[in-house]
Amino acid sequence: MNFTLRVWRQKDSVSRGELVEYKIQDVSEDSSFLEMLDILSENLVEDGKMPMAFDYDCREGICGMCSLTIDGIPHGPESGTTACQLHMRHFKDGQTITIEPWRAKPFPVVKDLIVDRSPLDKIIQSGGFITTRAGSATDANTHLIDKGTADYAMDAAACIGCGACVAACPNASAMLFTSAKVAHMNSLPQGKPEKHRRALAMVSTMDGEGFGGCTNIGECEAACPKNISLDVIAHLNRDYAIAQVKNFFKPSA
Amino acid sequence: MRHVFNFLQSTVGRKYLMALTGLVLVFFVLGHMLGNLQIFLGAEAINAYAYKLHKLLPASALWFIRLFLLICIAIHVWTAVTLTLDNRKARPQGYQKKQAIQATYSSRTMRMSGIILLSFIFFHIAHFTVRSVPGMKYNEPGVISKKVDASNDFIPTEVPLVKKGEAVFKNGQKIMTFNVHDMMIAGFKSKLVSLFYIVATGLLCLHLTHGVSSMFQSLGIRNSFWRVRLDRVALVYGWTIFLGFAVIPIATLVGILRADPSGGLIANAQVHQQEDITHKLFTQEVTLK
Repeated sequence: MNFTLRVWRQKDSVSRGELVEYKIQDVSEDSSFLEMLDILSENLVEDGKMPMAFDYDCREGICGMCSLTIDGIPHGPESGTTACQLHMRHFKDGQTITIEPWRAKPFPVVKDLIVDRSPLDKIIQSGGFITTRAGSATDANTHLIDKGTADYAMDAAACIGCGACVAACPNASAMLFTSAKVAHMNSLPQGKPEKHRRALAMVSTMDGEGFGGCTNIGECEAACPKNISLDVIAHLNRDYAIAQVKNFFKPSA
Repeated sequence: MRHVFNFLQSTVGRKYLMALTGLVLVFFVLGHMLGNLQIFLGAEAINAYAYKLHKLLPASALWFIRLFLLICIAIHVWTAVTLTLDNRKARPQGYQKKQAIQATYSSRTMRMSGIILLSFIFFHIAHFTVRSVPGMKYNEPGVISKKVDASNDFIPTEVPLVKKGEAVFKNGQKIMTFNVHDMMIAGFKSKLVSLFYIVATGLLCLHLTHGVSSMFQSLGIRNSFWRVRLDRVALVYGWTIFLGFAVIPIATLVGILRADPSGGLIANAQVHQQEDITHKLFTQEVTLK
């Protein structure tokens, strides 16, 4: 297969970037999107140019490193799929494909298609943990968790923290990411003790890092490679309000 | 106080305010629409309704409700403006190529529909509440007449309050009320004004199609089971409001609704008689004063 690629090239975080057009030929329809970029890089090196810089790690769709906006959609046109699991057979032969990095103020471009996603780590640091002693495993079945709750928490925990929700949101909001973490931990007994503190801290960090707000349009859910539902955002909104009300009535120390 | 301030500063907290004020306004437009639709029951019904709205409660309560609604609008707009500014700041550099995956047209145009609706609300209040739109003197009989005293102001002409075809008396005096029926018809006689009303209520439909379902999400009481259903409810609600409001200017333009300067007192009388009796009514009104 042959493609015309319009790829974002940016030397470093302070340089101005631009879309550069490359032709690529004889790509196997079974190659993944990242393998196609590998071929592009090899071609560039042969021509004595800088290879493409893009994030990847596992290439199995579970690490959350790949971060490509393909034709205006984070992770490309296939739903529930990371860019590394996206195969070239989903594109038309001869198609022009535009590849851009995630765009958000908290995600500055480091080089080409690589952005700095550490603000997501800061959100986790502020509340994405439990205070239970986790050194040794407890006996099985000491905490009975019903199937519905376990499934719900597991679905929320599927978040790989790639940031596609931020990239897809017209407001660059990190609500889906933050609320997936909150819903995951707040719905399980291990995470209950710091439930309210967590909701307050993570929203506060999220706002402080410069992410936008949620307008409930659902683009994040549609772009999420793990199909995390908007339900978790409603969950966070609920827990956040309850936490604020409890905080308000709590006598100050 | 610090907690309240924290809450209002957060993106989530401001969305709560937006949803709660939106909820008030959602119920208000439904009540407003149902009230308006009484125009199809005749001048008698809608004038009596307007009389009740204005006179049943003390003036202070009426102003309290008006102020409350205006404050709701102000909070709704304030949250929208500040959140929009924050959202813009969150993406200084946009995509060269961006496409919406599934977001509905209504959800992506809330700001556009909101801004036009706000300007419509200003116009609407000036048009029918304050009645100070230049060029709209409601020259139809029985709506506004020029005051003869020094102030030279336009004052509303009053018609008798009618119940079951008879004028209502209190303490031996005929209760007079403003002819809301004719004011609406006179207002909608202008094609441009009617068009603006129809377009604005169409945008309200668009705004509600997203808003009515979205507020449940902001308040944290929506899940995927209810999302599908609430989206349908919002669609039906939006269209109901649109049709309920737009039918009045349309009915006026096509001539189904006609002015009734007697306020419904002689709705069934012949036209020439009507004019005669109306004349008598107004002379009576003058003598009463």
